[in-house]
Amino acid sequence: MISGKLISAICYVLFAPLIGGLIDGIGRKISARMQRRVGPPLLQPFYDLGKLLHKDPVHVAPSQNFFMMSYLFFIVMTGGMMFLGMDILMCMFVLSTAVMFLYFAAVVTGSHYSAIGASRELLQMVAYEPCVLLTCVAFYLVRGSFETAEIIKGDVSPIVYLPGVFVAFIFILTIKMRKSPFDISTSHHPNQEIVKGITSEIGSRNFGIYTLAEWYETVFLLGMVALFIINSNPWSILAAVVVIALVYFLEILIDNTSARVKSDVMIKVSWAVTLVAAGFNILVLIFFLG
Amino acid sequence: MYKITRSPWVMHYDGSSCNGCDIEVLACLTPVYDAERFGIINTGDPLQADILLITGGINTQNAPVVKQLYDQMADPKVVVAVGVCACTGGVFKDCYNILGGADQVIPVDVYVPGCAARPQAIIDGIVKGIGVFQERLEKMEKGESLTDNKKAEETAESEDK
Ligand code: SF4
Repeated sequence: MISGKLISAICYVLFAPLIGGLIDGIGRKISARMQRRVGPPLLQPFYDLGKLLHKDPVHVAPSQNFFMMSYLFFIVMTGGMMFLGMDILMCMFVLSTAVMFLYFAAVVTGSHYSAIGASRELLQMVAYEPCVLLTCVAFYLVRGSFETAEIIKGDVSPIVYLPGVFVAFIFILTIKMRKSPFDISTSHHPNQEIVKGITSEIGSRNFGIYTLAEWYETVFLLGMVALFIINSNPWSILAAVVVIALVYFLEILIDNTSARVKSDVMIKVSWAVTLVAAGFNILVLIFFLG
Repeated sequence: MYKITRSPWVMHYDGSSCNGCDIEVLACLTPVYDAERFGIINTGDPLQADILLITGGINTQNAPVVKQLYDQMADPKVVVAVGVCACTGGVFKDCYNILGGADQVIPVDVYVPGCAARPQAIIDGIVKGIGVFQERLEKMEKGESLTDNKKAEETAESEDK
């Protein structure tokens, strides 16, 4: 059993960039089709990454290299811990640590644009963190454990007990993936009011590392979505893949049909959704289970 | 040898253009021309860009800006001048504040003529630029100097003085 967990964690470290890059490529293709364009080839994200890593490494401050490597390291660790079946609350704390390194990589440069982007990244954290914590608590209420290895073991999928929490989690997923309307700290699309926000002063090679970390993070986050679906029945994994595909499509649809909102609107809306959907769900759960 | 040609990220800088060429640059990204097919992304960030697209002439105010943008880009990099204004100064050439085309301050690799340059010509120019880009990368990986361009040396010298 332990070796099984280890294999899944190693698979994550090795293959998450491939899957994450492919998901990114599919996303860009679907976006293009939604805009009636042909769109880039499916493997475009890999071409981009290859190019970024081949360019002359420039950094605005030498410490940026350290911060970006740490960012990547902690993101990989987050996903690795989840696939090792470890404590999900711990994963989320490690993820927050990773974001802190990204924050520092942006603020050491002294550029206004990246400083604004960095402070907006913190605001994004403020917006999604309550929901993330409530999600962990909800899993604990359903399964009696924070460990992902235990969460996937029940007879019934957690989503049956946690529809409200699921809705809230999907909502904050848009913030976490930095997709429109919540792409306020940095944007996948160019020429926004703060250039590229938190990634403005990140040079080519470090931007490649950032891209890589983003792919790891995508796989981790979609893995979190899968936790809602997977139960002791092996077929539930297939169901989880279908749900992930639907969720990702929804994210792209929202990304393409909405304009960026202000940060205060983001915090208000995300807290409201968290409180109403996840909070109410958990109250009901406590009432019936407790 | 790594093929870098599939992912040219473009940064567009508007000098003192009449906005005609700028509209055409943006038109390249619309569904009709869809430059993203070739992996072309319009990024606003010099640190991550590969190709600098300049529209409009260089005047006394934007000359240091263009120079700085160029310096911020990481090697290998390519400059494409779009429209006659960016090539030579165009109809504004004789204005009191115009220094001339983009090559007055930075080395230009590809000149795209036209007033305004058509989107097809702009995409063609970028694709030409990609070739230069690949050459530069190969040179860079062999450890050769990239500043073979006389213009770059000249401007550097004149600044030293
Ligand atoms: S080349 Fe013509 S269209 Fe382009 S900026 Fe100059 S005047 Fe305007």
